[in-house]
Amino acid sequence: MIYFDKVSKLYNGGNAVALADVSFQVGPKEFVSIVGHSGAGKTTLLKMLIAEDVPSEGQVFFESLDVHKIPRSKLPKFRRKIGTVFQDFKLLPHKTAYENIAFAMEASGRSDEDIAENVPQALALVDLENKIWNFPGELSGGEKQRVAIARAIVNQPDIIIADEPTGNLDPIATYEVVQILRKINDLGTTVIMTTHNKGVIDELGRRVITMDEGRIVRDDNEGKYIL
Amino acid sequence: MWTAFKRIVKAGFTGFWRNAFVSAAAIFVMTVALFVIGSTLMIDTLLKVSLQNIQQKVDINVYFVPTADQAAIDQLQVSLEALPDVVEVLYTSRDQALEEFSIRHRNDKTIMQGLEELGENPLGASLSIRAAETSQYEGIAAFLDQQQAQEDPRSPLIGEINFLKNREAIDRLTSIIAAVENASYITLTVLILASVLITFNTIRLAIYTSREEISVMRLVGASNTFIRGPFVLQGIMYGVVAGILALLIMYPLIVWLGPATESFFQFNIFTHFVTEFGTLSLTLVGTGIVLGMVSSVLAITRYLRV
Repeated sequence: MIYFDKVSKLYNGGNAVALADVSFQVGPKEFVSIVGHSGAGKTTLLKMLIAEDVPSEGQVFFESLDVHKIPRSKLPKFRRKIGTVFQDFKLLPHKTAYENIAFAMEASGRSDEDIAENVPQALALVDLENKIWNFPGELSGGEKQRVAIARAIVNQPDIIIADEPTGNLDPIATYEVVQILRKINDLGTTVIMTTHNKGVIDELGRRVITMDEGRIVRDDNEGKYIL
Repeated sequence: MWTAFKRIVKAGFTGFWRNAFVSAAAIFVMTVALFVIGSTLMIDTLLKVSLQNIQQKVDINVYFVPTADQAAIDQLQVSLEALPDVVEVLYTSRDQALEEFSIRHRNDKTIMQGLEELGENPLGASLSIRAAETSQYEGIAAFLDQQQAQEDPRSPLIGEINFLKNREAIDRLTSIIAAVENASYITLTVLILASVLITFNTIRLAIYTSREEISVMRLVGASNTFIRGPFVLQGIMYGVVAGILALLIMYPLIVWLGPATESFFQFNIFTHFVTEFGTLSLTLVGTGIVLGMVSSVLAITRYLRV
């Protein structure tokens, strides 16, 4: 369902290589972890997928759609098919947990009834029913990330991409977040996650793509964290 | 469509309250800006009215000789009234002139005695001519000069035209009026421009504090209209509130200034404020709305390119 075809990204007129000739596929319902040192190109790879960044060469396909040929005006609609989770949560600070999640649904034009039904369900899935009316400033790191995940899944996207979702979390919160992502994947959503965390990868036992200096150096179906 | 509109309005209002500090700062700056605009408009009116008052006091007087023929005077009055620059021609008869003269000098025994000894009315009739602009007197004076030159030397009509005597004063007044008008236009433009720029920058800063949020909204899949809407609405709300506040601040100030302007300019600014309240409040609130809206749209467009 996702296909990277010889994607390269060069900065500074070719002096800095972020991605070099990267090709891989992700099928439906897969859980793929992308590992590598800082600067290996993991985040750039994810940005390519949501059209936040443009490749210097190559193409990125989402189903049969060339992501970088989508007109600007259609980008919001495309991005609603992809749920995104970030290391720094990126919640809207002046909205409550409920409103943050509802915002993603409002933006995609869902009805008020849908929102009233789905938001509590999403919050229940991430185990935050009791923090519905709290603002992000009143939540712990782990709780914020769970709100972010709830926001990412509430529109029932085909795929969730998570960029270092556990990077700012303590071990217990990390464990909880990974369990939630696993649960989402079990329910049928594709998950692509970048991480530094060896423990997370080894415990998951799913497909692992290892990157180094913008290239894919390993792609194992039941991989371990090897660098 | 309706749902989206409803959500934008709701988000605009909650954003306004939850960012209370930023809203308050923006409203404060806009209030000052609109107050400056409102005051400038008021001062401009005051200036215009007082210039008009001064202009009304300037006139040309034609004094006829006591033996002047009444029919000739009437004819001159008609032809003066036919001139396009002339607003008003006032006729003072010989008897009226004498009466005014006697009243003016009633405490001066020497003059009154002299007048009695003369036995007859030594004063001639006169015409007082007013033009719309002080600069138009030159032309009227030229016309009168020409009339005087054409008259029959055996039966003179015009004794004296006082324009030539007042010419220097009138010329100076004309140039002062022109200078004051220019200066007030320049001041008005500069003040309004400064207010617009300050407001624009304040709203830009207010939106700058939300740039992270805007990028998050984009990444979550919100359309540009959906993101922009609440911010634009907030800009409009700043404008409305600031416009009303500016009027509220102006009110006591103008009440206080009313009597002072009455005695100094013969024009009560408070009465003017009350009669023109509708236009003035529409101007201020309208300017606020347009300023807030345009500033928001311009400022947010920068952050929508994620």
